[in-house]
Amino acid sequence: MFEGFWTSQVVWNALLIGGAAAVLSGCIGVFTVLRGQSFAGHALADVSSAGGALSLLLGINPMLGFFGLGLLGALGLSGRRQGDGDLAAGILLGAGLGLTALLLHFAISLRNSTGAAAVVMFGSLFSAPPGAGALALGSALAGVVLLGVIHRPLLLSSLDAGLAAVRGVNIRLVAGVFLVLLALAVTLSAMAVGAILSTALLIGPAAAALRLTRRPGLACALAAGLGVFCAWGGVALAYASYGFTPGRVWPVSFFIVALVFCTYAAASLRRA
Amino acid sequence: MSMALEVSGLTVRLGGREVLRDVGFALAPGAFCGLIGANGSGKTTLLRTILGFETAAAGRVTRDGAVGYVPQKLELAPDMPVRARDLVALGLDGQRFGFSFPSARRRRVVAEMLEAVDLLGFADQRVGELSGGQLQRVLIAHALVSKPKLLLLDEPLANLDLRAAAEIVALLKRVAGQGVSVLISAHDMNPLLGAMHQLVYLANGRAASGRTEQVVRTEVLSELYGYHIDVIRVHGRILVVAGDGHVHAHDHEHVATIP
Repeated sequence: MFEGFWTSQVVWNALLIGGAAAVLSGCIGVFTVLRGQSFAGHALADVSSAGGALSLLLGINPMLGFFGLGLLGALGLSGRRQGDGDLAAGILLGAGLGLTALLLHFAISLRNSTGAAAVVMFGSLFSAPPGAGALALGSALAGVVLLGVIHRPLLLSSLDAGLAAVRGVNIRLVAGVFLVLLALAVTLSAMAVGAILSTALLIGPAAAALRLTRRPGLACALAAGLGVFCAWGGVALAYASYGFTPGRVWPVSFFIVALVFCTYAAASLRRA
Repeated sequence: MSMALEVSGLTVRLGGREVLRDVGFALAPGAFCGLIGANGSGKTTLLRTILGFETAAAGRVTRDGAVGYVPQKLELAPDMPVRARDLVALGLDGQRFGFSFPSARRRRVVAEMLEAVDLLGFADQRVGELSGGQLQRVLIAHALVSKPKLLLLDEPLANLDLRAAAEIVALLKRVAGQGVSVLISAHDMNPLLGAMHQLVYLANGRAASGRTEQVVRTEVLSELYGYHIDVIRVHGRILVVAGDGHVHAHDHEHVATIP
């Protein structure tokens, strides 16, 4: 069932991308949940899907497309207050999906990419370009380091903006940097499980970790660990699925999201 | 003697409306001052202006040293992975960028502060699970751990039962006794009567300040409100009653206490 698993370059590439996405999304996801920005995360994912479609149309690295549009979306959301932020996220989400529909139409018709829609919206870890794994890993490490640098002002401003402002925290700067990190996490997750399902990797492990620990740092580490378990478990199960229905591999995104769901369900049974 | 806080001729306009007009008062080091007024009288605006969050149209605010602040309320999800000790530690270095590493000194300072507010036993409790009174005490510890000279509290007694409110006032009285000036806003002055050295009474955007017996008088409050006010003392409590017989909104809770 797992014959050739460890020697396959495609599998290693998938494990690298999935692991990188899980680590950064887990850490960022904890703060996303704390700040009540899950909807913003989903909106950024939908906006980044337009970048994924654009990269297919132009034939460039999908990560550039996903992150480029995600970054534009983050800039659009930065500086908004909570209520305005939800409105802006809703508008961005609709605009992003509309643009994705147009770009996918051209990508499919002009470049004869029949599977483009499925790749962008639901991911395709096994068809990621060689080298994407190393790029994803480097990006995730940079993101985790930057999160580590801002974690105290970010946590304080997530608790209460007034408390943070009194301590001299530049709320707008911290919120802006966080949105850029959120765009990066969503980009990596979109490459792993697709733009539509990326919220699962962002929110699921983080929500499970929040049930299991009372410590903010440990919650990030636990969310990253649970995410890696789901991503790597999903890759393994998808690889094994070749034996379930001979000749056909089940979508890896399905297994990853299913494991995320089961992990959260199990975590919700107990509370630290 | 230099004052911990001096406010003079302060006028603040928000959205074209004059919220505060020519407000002035001063706090000496170690003073315990109540900022009293009905809801919407401008207490929060005054605190926000002192903190520098609002810009004054006229007047001046002078602070001597660092300021600690306790907000009116904190909306916390029960699942929030932040313990009481984490919230206090954020008062120590929550503004700093960079990685943080465990430190015995930092842990000791946080523990001492939690002990000072009688909450050491709750140090590892999630903040979202604390009662209203316990959360207020953690927020006071958060504000005090950086050793401010002035502590501002925005309605910390709102939504607390009488016992929890009395505990918070006793704690703040101890804090003032250690030389920290305390400015606490409240819509009901009665829980503060035994602790206040002075009060600032806000009505219609204007303020009267001084000792309680100087300010809470018929002629002073009638002048502030712009109509006749009666001040009634019942069983050691003070009722501020409009001339038409209506108890003011900020004292409405005490209608039931009149025998």
